[in-house]
Amino acid sequence: MFGYYFNLAMLSLKRNKVLTALMVLTIALGIGTSMTTLTVMHVLSGDPIPQKSAQLFRVRMNVFPDDAFKRGDRVPDNLTRRDAEALLHDARGDRQAAMSAGSMVVMSAQGDPLNVEARYTNADFFPMFDVPLRYGHAWSRGDDAGHAHVAVISGSLNEQLFGGADSVGKALLVGDQSLRIIGVLGDWDMNPRFYDLSNGQFGDSEDVFVPLSTALDMKLPTSGQTWCWGNNGNAHDANAPCIWLQYWAQLDTPAKAVAYRQYLQNYIALQQKAGRFTHSGQLELQDVMQWLDAKGVVPSDVRLQMWLALGFLGICLINTVGLLLAKFLRRGSELGVRRALGASRRSIFLQCLIEAGMVGMVGGVFGLVLAGLGVLLVRHQPTDYAAYIHMDLRMLLATFVLALSSSLLAGLLPAWRAMQLSPAIAIKSN
Amino acid sequence: MHFRHILSALGRHRIAVCLLVLEIAFSCAVVCNALFLIGTRLERMQRPTGVDERHIGQVHVRSVSATSPEAIMAQTRTDLAALRALPNVVNASIVNQTLFGHSFSASGVSLSDAPQAPTIHVTQYFGNAQLPDTLGLKLAGGRWFKLDEFVSDEQLEGEGATVPVIITRALAEHFFPGRSAVGKVIYAFGTNRIVGVVDRLVQPRDYGTAESYEYAMLFPVDLPYAQGTYLLRVKESEQRGEVIRSALHALKTDGPLRLVSPKDATTLEAARAKYYRNDRAMAWMLVGVCLLLLIVTAVGIVGLTSFWVAQRRRQIGIRRAIGATRGDILRYFQTENFLIATFGIALGMALAYGLNLLLMLHYELGHLPAWYFPVGAVTLWAISQIAVLGPALRASNVPPVVATRSV
Repeated sequence: MFGYYFNLAMLSLKRNKVLTALMVLTIALGIGTSMTTLTVMHVLSGDPIPQKSAQLFRVRMNVFPDDAFKRGDRVPDNLTRRDAEALLHDARGDRQAAMSAGSMVVMSAQGDPLNVEARYTNADFFPMFDVPLRYGHAWSRGDDAGHAHVAVISGSLNEQLFGGADSVGKALLVGDQSLRIIGVLGDWDMNPRFYDLSNGQFGDSEDVFVPLSTALDMKLPTSGQTWCWGNNGNAHDANAPCIWLQYWAQLDTPAKAVAYRQYLQNYIALQQKAGRFTHSGQLELQDVMQWLDAKGVVPSDVRLQMWLALGFLGICLINTVGLLLAKFLRRGSELGVRRALGASRRSIFLQCLIEAGMVGMVGGVFGLVLAGLGVLLVRHQPTDYAAYIHMDLRMLLATFVLALSSSLLAGLLPAWRAMQLSPAIAIKSN
Repeated sequence: MHFRHILSALGRHRIAVCLLVLEIAFSCAVVCNALFLIGTRLERMQRPTGVDERHIGQVHVRSVSATSPEAIMAQTRTDLAALRALPNVVNASIVNQTLFGHSFSASGVSLSDAPQAPTIHVTQYFGNAQLPDTLGLKLAGGRWFKLDEFVSDEQLEGEGATVPVIITRALAEHFFPGRSAVGKVIYAFGTNRIVGVVDRLVQPRDYGTAESYEYAMLFPVDLPYAQGTYLLRVKESEQRGEVIRSALHALKTDGPLRLVSPKDATTLEAARAKYYRNDRAMAWMLVGVCLLLLIVTAVGIVGLTSFWVAQRRRQIGIRRAIGATRGDILRYFQTENFLIATFGIALGMALAYGLNLLLMLHYELGHLPAWYFPVGAVTLWAISQIAVLGPALRASNVPPVVATRSV
């Protein structure tokens, strides 16, 4: 029976090629634009570290002195060095890392200075974020405590400085100081770079990783947001009234997360008792996806584009409904003959829906081509996320599901109207 | 024309007419709002900075090895003299943050030194005595800094500092509405007396509310090169590339080993274009969607009108046989389409207003200005009349003899 309806649909679609082409074009345009923007949304709102995103928590708190505290303000992103060091010392999480972005000038073998992005953190960073190493190893907690002059460098910097050879044990010249390279990263790109969103949310990993204690000793420049209250010399001093360190904790079970939150609350209460402030303090403990959501990593323009494209798809569907209606009603006499020969309303309905579905499938194929072009266009946009946009198998399947379901939806009303035609009048009117 | 006849004929195709009206209405709503969004983007991209953008280049130099602050300051003075001596350079200066750059420096500012006084965050430019001339800033009141007022940044941030400040007209208007700000005192770094007001200078990047984009302060600070960026003002704008190349060369050959890279050098116009690239991309995307939307709407009109023409072939033949001219038939379909478009546009206006309210809830966006409504209306009328022309002409070509034929 389906085969017969399929043949009927083919005949009908062939009969009026222009109308068929218009319908296919409309659906293809709607599907193409929607799938392009949905792909961008899908990539940007994706989980950068799916295996651990529920166990990694960004720790934020507001322990400002009273004159810098405003109730209702957002909890600041970063911690003071004093609080970060206190939390690191307590080490209540399964793992924890305090960190800051930085930049430094390193010397190439030819003696040319080279500016590189850096991250100053502690030993737990590497196991916490599943950082792969190609050569050597990361530093240990002992290196953190011993302010060891060691560095882990990225694969691309290793390529640039040492031609990709195993550079473990070699020296990395930072101005007139030197660090011993103990590890080289494998391929590691976190997009979005969720562990620190303040220095560009998309982009490759940093090129040099140095223990935070060492970086402070060497007075390496930091980058990112530093927010101080009160004028007080060096913002990186142990007790400076400045927030500049990002803090992450790994908490393997939900129970541990609850206990850790309680621990942070106690910490804030202790600070209040010690006289740092009189307000009750604020606390935020968010896992990776909550954190990305709170920071609005998906640009509002991308959201707007998605809604715009879905609205466009809606208008295309209204258009398709109109065109299908015209097509089915024009064949009133044919449908009337079929009804007169004994076809049930249900079979007319089915026949019309199959025709709509076929238009949808062909529209979906062309829509996929348009979406491919759209993604290509997005990749050539000068946005910082452009290079990471790609279409995966799920979006490919989604394209066809969307095309088929929307064309069937568009076919419902015309098919229902066609089924309602009274056979006698339909035959007579012609 | 016989509106009544047309209306009653339309009544026989209620569903199809409703679909067309809906399609035109949604298109109208989306096109009005998309045009408005394009307009706001273009307006944003054209905001002036108050700086002579066409004549400015900038070079950032990084120090490689630690040297004494005195040596760095001395090198900075040497560099600036060398830059000023370059051909086609009018002036050179150093500044802590560049327009459209990545760094953003700001302080809490209040009108009182009481700890609980309300503060706003205002961006701050530190620079030497040549900065106003290099940027091409215009004084609106008061005076520029005197040479003996320049301090180091440690002195600026030291306890009990009393460094003078120059603020923008917008900030002056915010703090002292309707009064002259010159001679008044604000509290940013200790106590700062306002000695001058510049016509316009903006934040390096958008930060905070839309009004605060035009709030800025200038402090007389002599910066070492490691904490700032060199600015160059050229005589003719087409010399910028050449001047930047010779500046890079001069800085590289002179002084200790430093990181001087073309990657850290740009013209202000290039920096502006880069800063607004997302807005430009968005504006083009909106233009694209508007065009597609109008095409799809036109396709819908062509499709349904063709269907009606085919369906009414016989009636058209009868009308022609009893005396209607081709023009009458043509005008019939045009009027019919005009009526449908008008219904659609009327509904579309209401939808456009609603959509604007919805967008205002989620995005920082103003009310849709009234003149977008007639623009949207005329666009859709025009599109629908163009779309209907083909099928209507075909209808007008139906020969009267059709009336006599039975199918």
